[in-house]
Amino acid sequence: MGILPTTPRVFIQTADFDLSTEVSILRDQNAGVGAVCSFVGTVRDRTAGLAGSISSMELEHYPGMTEKSIEVMIDAAHQRFDILGARVIHRVGLLQPLDQIVLVAVTSAHRGESFQACEFLMDYLKTQAPFWKKEQTPEGARWVDARVSDDAALAKWGLLCSNTDA
Amino acid sequence: MKVSVKYFAGIREAIGASGESVETSAITLGLLRDQLIAQGGAYAESLARGNAVRMALNQVMSDETVALMAGAEVAFFPPVTGG
Repeated sequence: MGILPTTPRVFIQTADFDLSTEVSILRDQNAGVGAVCSFVGTVRDRTAGLAGSISSMELEHYPGMTEKSIEVMIDAAHQRFDILGARVIHRVGLLQPLDQIVLVAVTSAHRGESFQACEFLMDYLKTQAPFWKKEQTPEGARWVDARVSDDAALAKWGLLCSNTDA
Repeated sequence: MKVSVKYFAGIREAIGASGESVETSAITLGLLRDQLIAQGGAYAESLARGNAVRMALNQVMSDETVALMAGAEVAFFPPVTGG
C-alpha cells in the first residue's frame, strides 16, 4: 500500500507553474526540512543541435493513468529514500520553446536523499509515465522517439525498463 | 466479453480513434493485440509485432502475458516520451 498523501502531490495541467510558489507549498512551513531539490524541464527549440528546428510541441497524456503512475513513483521514492515530501507538475497541451514542461521537487532533512530522489523520480517518469511529445518542425509534425539512454538511466536504480523495446 | 480499448499518440492517429469497445475471447493482452492486428489495415500496421508497442491494463503498465478480464480497460500506445 502507498503512503497516503495528506495533500495532492501530482498535477497534470496546461497552465504554467512558478518554482518558488511550488517549493514553498512543498516545504509547508516544516522546520524539519533541511534540503529542497528541484528539477525543471524546459522546451528546447532544437533537435540534433539545430537551433530553431522545433517551433512548438504538443504533449498528450493518458488521463487517470498518468496521475496514478506518478503517485506510484512518489510512493516508491518514499520507500527508497528518506524524504519528507515530493511534488510533481507536468504540463500538457501546446508548448513553445522556453516554456517549462515538468517540475519535480523533493524535500528531505539532508541533501543527499533529496538529490537522489529527485533524479530517481525524473528517470522513472521519463520511461514509465504515459506522456507523448509531438514536435512541430519545418518538415511537419513528428512524434518524438523514446531514448534507449532513458531506459538505461532507470536501470541504474535497479529497475528493469523496456520502454523502447520492440 | 467486452473490453474497452484506448489508443494514444501515433497509434491513435493511425487507427483514427481514441478508443472503442471490443468484443473478444482473448485471455491475455497479447491475444487481444493479435485479434486487433487480424483486422488488418491501420490496426495491423500500428500494432504489428516488431513495432515498439506499450500496453496498460486498467491503467497499469502491463505486458502481453497479463490476463484479460471482462470490462477491462486496455490501452495500446508507443513508448512514452514525457519529462
